[in-house]
Amino acid sequence: MAHQEIKLYQTGTFVAGNRLLDPEQRSVQARMGRSNSLTSGHRACQGCGEALGARYVLDAAMRATDGKMVAVNSTGCLEVFSTPYPESSWQLPWLHSLFGNGPAVAAGVAAALKAKGRDDIRVVGQAGDGGTVDIGFGTLSGMFERNDDVLFVCYDNEGYMNTGVQRSGATPPAARTANTKPVGDEPGNVFGQGKFVPAIAMAHEIPYVATATVAELRDLEYKVEKAMTFRGARYIHVFVPCPLGWGAASSDTIRLSRLAKETGVFPVFEAEHGEVTEVSTIRRRVPVEEYLTLQKRYAHLFGPAGRPDIVARLQATADRNIARYGLLAPDEEPAGPGVAQDVAGEGAV
Amino acid sequence: MDKPFAITLDIGSSRANKTGAWRTERPVYTNRMPPCNDACPAGENIQAWLYEGEEGGAGYERAWRQIMVDNPFPAIMGRVCYHPCETACNRGNLDESVGINSVERFLGDEAIRQGWTVTVDVPPTGKRVLVIGAGPSGLSAAYHLARRGHDVTVKEAGPMAGGMMRFGIPKYRLPREVLDAEVRRILDLGVRLELDAKVSDLMALKDEYDAVFLAVGAQLGKRAYIPAGSAAKMLDAVSMLRDLETGEKPLLGRRVAVYGGGNTAMDAARTAKRLGASEAVVVYRRNKDKMPAHESEFMEATEEGILFKWLTTIKHVDEGRLVIEKMELDESGFPQPTGELEELEADSLVLALGQDTDLSLLDGVPGLVVEDGVVMVGRDMMTGCPGIFAGGDMVPFERSVTVAVGHGKRAAKNIDAYLSGAAPEPVVRPALASYDTLNTWYYSDAPRTRRPVLERARRESTFDEVVLGLDESNALYEARRCMSCGNCFSCDNCYGVCPDNAVIKLGRPGEKYLIDLDYCKGCGLCVSECPAGAIQMVPEEI
Repeated sequence: MAHQEIKLYQTGTFVAGNRLLDPEQRSVQARMGRSNSLTSGHRACQGCGEALGARYVLDAAMRATDGKMVAVNSTGCLEVFSTPYPESSWQLPWLHSLFGNGPAVAAGVAAALKAKGRDDIRVVGQAGDGGTVDIGFGTLSGMFERNDDVLFVCYDNEGYMNTGVQRSGATPPAARTANTKPVGDEPGNVFGQGKFVPAIAMAHEIPYVATATVAELRDLEYKVEKAMTFRGARYIHVFVPCPLGWGAASSDTIRLSRLAKETGVFPVFEAEHGEVTEVSTIRRRVPVEEYLTLQKRYAHLFGPAGRPDIVARLQATADRNIARYGLLAPDEEPAGPGVAQDVAGEGAV
Repeated sequence: MDKPFAITLDIGSSRANKTGAWRTERPVYTNRMPPCNDACPAGENIQAWLYEGEEGGAGYERAWRQIMVDNPFPAIMGRVCYHPCETACNRGNLDESVGINSVERFLGDEAIRQGWTVTVDVPPTGKRVLVIGAGPSGLSAAYHLARRGHDVTVKEAGPMAGGMMRFGIPKYRLPREVLDAEVRRILDLGVRLELDAKVSDLMALKDEYDAVFLAVGAQLGKRAYIPAGSAAKMLDAVSMLRDLETGEKPLLGRRVAVYGGGNTAMDAARTAKRLGASEAVVVYRRNKDKMPAHESEFMEATEEGILFKWLTTIKHVDEGRLVIEKMELDESGFPQPTGELEELEADSLVLALGQDTDLSLLDGVPGLVVEDGVVMVGRDMMTGCPGIFAGGDMVPFERSVTVAVGHGKRAAKNIDAYLSGAAPEPVVRPALASYDTLNTWYYSDAPRTRRPVLERARRESTFDEVVLGLDESNALYEARRCMSCGNCFSCDNCYGVCPDNAVIKLGRPGEKYLIDLDYCKGCGLCVSECPAGAIQMVPEEI
């Protein structure tokens, strides 16, 4: 894990707060005075991962910039559910233009602030996976190659959700969406398509690229705060489950994020100038079935007419992530102040 | 007011949109019964005192005071309790159970070191209660009655207070200065203790008091008929341990056999070894699995070189030798003789076959029912005679110090209700916080701390305490392994994970969070991400 673990037993830094820690050591989300950048009354579905991820990211960025920041939003669920005219859920300066131009508008805002001599005000651009990996991709790549001073955050829920769950370039293989083959031998998205934008962002050799999930709040906040210490183009790709689009229980949003990381389905790491610098290792490794069976978009892979062959391919993809990013921890012995201890069976913290 | 082009409405916050209307279920903060509390025979609120202790520093005293609400003997418990709490602990399913007993001992010892005391905080009731027997049950009842403002007299037949804690449990398990310190604290509450004051006729005394609690224990060693030669040396374990405490060292010889498989047999064998026997053999008619002694006692005995002869009965005792018979277990697990005889060299035989109660003081008590040598009581610990309550080893329950202490507490509560004429406070037992109600992902991996033990050479030759205590850093670490099952411990996870900001953090002790039902959509994320299972979903009335 990239952020500094606090070795305090009971819950350590796994939970948001922990009364045993000094207030300064608790997460931003545990503070009574957190900025609640995305406030109550928004129309996101029950258990929305994106709403949660956006508040985590922006509250951390607000703290890191002492409230001096502007958010630019591409079209998508996040924009739609937060701003039905004339109401707004945003408690910070927030700007929306089009679906495809979010990164360009963010770069423009940063340029305007610089021209006015206000480069103490920072810019965060944000979009869903549609606005990032497909429709806004050209402007995003331009923002990266010009090294514009913007932190761009993608909330990846693996599809176009507010228009009715269509496939995007971030939809994983075998997942069913509204416009992938609903019937036939191999329903769901095909293998061999789509893209992993964090790797493309790294190829631009921008100062900072990171991935994160809503299951590891401390890690996410750490990465946002770290990103704000850089100038230039930065990119964070946050994995945010969508209960509606994935056919999952609203109460499983965080569990699914956790399982995506623990199975190796979604690698969590950070990179600087094109090189991976840290990975979050798997704490309790589980097979991909534990992740897949909680989602109806994979239901066709299970049951009497299941497709163990496809499940095996998905497992192989996860295993490839594990090998490629080195997601397994070398066996560390947990250290405690004990007199004589048995070594716990679980992996190290 | 002029508005920009195409703008007709004033800007507003989405807080005008009360998304709580979407909800079909609501999260409700709850307290479930932690398995440790559920299993504690003394009714301690273990989760609550570990919660206090986890803070360290000033938290230790609060933790100790929380124990003292239910149990006046933390330092004794931390040594002699067989800790069913640890057997029940949910953490046992994750890595290893929390070392509750060792933390309790640390807190008890800390209280003695720091001189913490308790006080009677209610005005005197003017009611007089007689407690017969100054063992764990009697002293526990006296403590709770005194703290409830009653005038308590304890009559003890023996020369010192403590009962089986002094005359049954050897010093190497419970040093006497610890026992004395915790008994002294009870007497300091104003409890009157009369020693060498055996009650032989209860009815003659009864009218002087408003209520009586009987806790005379079970000190009569059971005898088995074993044919013996004239020079054979036989004695019973209970009197041997008692004599030792009053300064009489029994002459056991070089090779000692102990007959029986309970905790007293372990104590007798381990004591014999310390008194100089080169060999101590426990002879038991069944096998190890059927042995009633607790695993920890058996382990410690084995470590000290105590030998065991399983499936064996004693047929005859002579000077220097026993005739023993091999047994085998039948289908129902009962031992049957095989007729195979052997000889075992032994200079003395100690009988540890269980204990009976001397009930002669109860002659003529109306309504009192005795079955199988023990006094029958109701759930309120009252005997068939109104105003006379009983507990500890003389009533039909498992016999242990902790059970006895629990009886004393329950009896005190019901005596208090009996004296005031009020119904006793109802016992609330919420649903069990089972392992599947927890989200154990959030608990740090933390292996258990072991208590150091005395080296073997000193265990075999001295009565020094065998199991040593934890120091502060270890005790704090161990307390922090608690998962707080079923009860909020202010981790802020619910406040953090709500996508709708519908959890309000109050930040006040005891009143930590509130669900904002105007905006809660009922997604259930707070419930599934609560580590302790302290929130549950409840259907809305629609």
